[in-house]
Amino acid sequence: MRVAAIIRRIFQQIHRDRRTMALIFIAPLFVLTLMYFIFNGDTVNSRVGIVNIDQSVYNALQDADIDVVTLVSVDKDMIVQKGLDGILGKTDDAYNLILENSNPNTAMALKAKITQTISGVMFQTFLNEIPMGSLGYQAVDIDIDYLYGSEDTTMFDTFSSILIGFFVFFFVFLIAGIGLLRERMTGTMEKLMSTPVKRWEVVMGYLTGYGILAMVQTLVIIFFSVEVLNIVLVGSIWNVILICILSAITALALGILLSAFATSEFQMIQFIPIVIIPQVFFCGLFPMEGMAAWLQAVGKIMPMYYAADALKGVMYKGLGFYDILFDLGILAAFAVVFIVLNVFALKRYRRL
Amino acid sequence: MEETICIENVSKKYGKKAVLNNISLTIPKGRIYGIIGPSGAGKTTLVKMMVGMEKADGGGITVLGRKMPNLPVLGDIGYMSQSDALYADLTGGENLKFFASLFKIRGSIQKQRIAYCADVVDLSDELKKKVSAYSGGMRRRLALAVALVQDPDLLILDEPTVGIDPELRANIWNELHRLREEEGKTIIITTHVMDEAEKCDRLAMIREGMLIADGSPGELIAAYDVEKLEDVFLKAGRKQS
Repeated sequence: MRVAAIIRRIFQQIHRDRRTMALIFIAPLFVLTLMYFIFNGDTVNSRVGIVNIDQSVYNALQDADIDVVTLVSVDKDMIVQKGLDGILGKTDDAYNLILENSNPNTAMALKAKITQTISGVMFQTFLNEIPMGSLGYQAVDIDIDYLYGSEDTTMFDTFSSILIGFFVFFFVFLIAGIGLLRERMTGTMEKLMSTPVKRWEVVMGYLTGYGILAMVQTLVIIFFSVEVLNIVLVGSIWNVILICILSAITALALGILLSAFATSEFQMIQFIPIVIIPQVFFCGLFPMEGMAAWLQAVGKIMPMYYAADALKGVMYKGLGFYDILFDLGILAAFAVVFIVLNVFALKRYRRL
Repeated sequence: MEETICIENVSKKYGKKAVLNNISLTIPKGRIYGIIGPSGAGKTTLVKMMVGMEKADGGGITVLGRKMPNLPVLGDIGYMSQSDALYADLTGGENLKFFASLFKIRGSIQKQRIAYCADVVDLSDELKKKVSAYSGGMRRRLALAVALVQDPDLLILDEPTVGIDPELRANIWNELHRLREEEGKTIIITTHVMDEAEKCDRLAMIREGMLIADGSPGELIAAYDVEKLEDVFLKAGRKQS
């Protein structure tokens, strides 16, 4: 069968190209491991200087894992001198807080923490001022529970699932695209089309050849993530594999298709900021709820959105097969559309 | 005389530029037919139309009795393009094997064909080497072997001897003559080298998309009353413009 001949040839080529092999298998594992260590680092306690603060608030701040440094006056220079994240001062009954704010996210979190702590103390004081017994006083005991994940959930856990999908998509896209591009550049595509091979046979050969490779890559990434990096996996690993393979096929077909619009490897790389990066913005690493409606609509035409949604659903929320069926369906639809377009794109080389 | 290819009033434009202008040719079976002309004359476009890769804007091409483009006919055409069109990561043998499988040639017949084609181009001892380690001439020879691999009735060779040293060029021409004599193959060859044109049985001269003369080298020289083929080309070209 001609398709089989093309598949065999692709394997021979990749087998000879060790660098590409390394890119497919080692690069994703390397980046995942790196991110694991970056996002799983221990959280460092914030250091806050205080001026003229009540003992009760002082204690509460310390209980909230904030390192408290007592200062004489509210002086902005002290922030740099003492390496503080902020200074909390009190004049009369008003608090004022100066934040270091070199990292707005950390600053926001600190602000929230301090505000909570102070209002907690004030509420406590308010309760204490009411004569005991007039109200059935009870210490407020807040029991915190999490819908997904736990107290120990780190940033990495929440988006590692998305990263897996992203790597599968990105590397398959690149390798398949460049593989076919080389075929166009060296003239072998033309030679191929001078044989009685049918256009769909070429597309199927490429899809299957690189598809098998993508499948092996996907399995390696998934097992490495789950077994070595201990990424949260609540749902079934089979569903994860299914999603990844489907998104790999979509990426494959898209890569092959776009290679038709590139005339060199460099031009193929130029598709990354146009095709790959925007997908990162819409795959759930950044919250989509706050985006403008039209922007959300843009996100929904991107395959990665559905792959990431399904992966996060299975790995983090523990959704089952029927819950992700919609995402899978859309991914499959993308793949089919790209494959059909590929068969037509080859018309450039031969009418039949 | 039986005809292998019949080209009727073929025209082709790329954008506004006419590449081929109303060309009609009949290429008989069992002959070496040369298409000669300077670079950019439209030789490759004409050849690609015979293989069905390009579509004519007007007119039609019939190859081996079937209107092009036609998929099954491609099985009977051995096409060698101007670029080497080989997989550099694979060995010479693997390249031959891959293309043989595309023609559904398998098993012992495949081995036989590969051995034969490699022998024709004198590459039998180099089949285990990667093509990336081949010299330019070796690649050209391998590309020719690939065009022969399915034992086609018709060979279409686009500038097959570019970059090949004189000795090997002579070898290839001997082989082409042998293929014509012993196996009755029709061979279409494009070239811009005049001394190669003299080795063809019949010639078509193309210039700026126009067919300026066709016939056997002897006929052409006699018709234009000149001494060398080169002069035919110059004289015919002048007449045209």
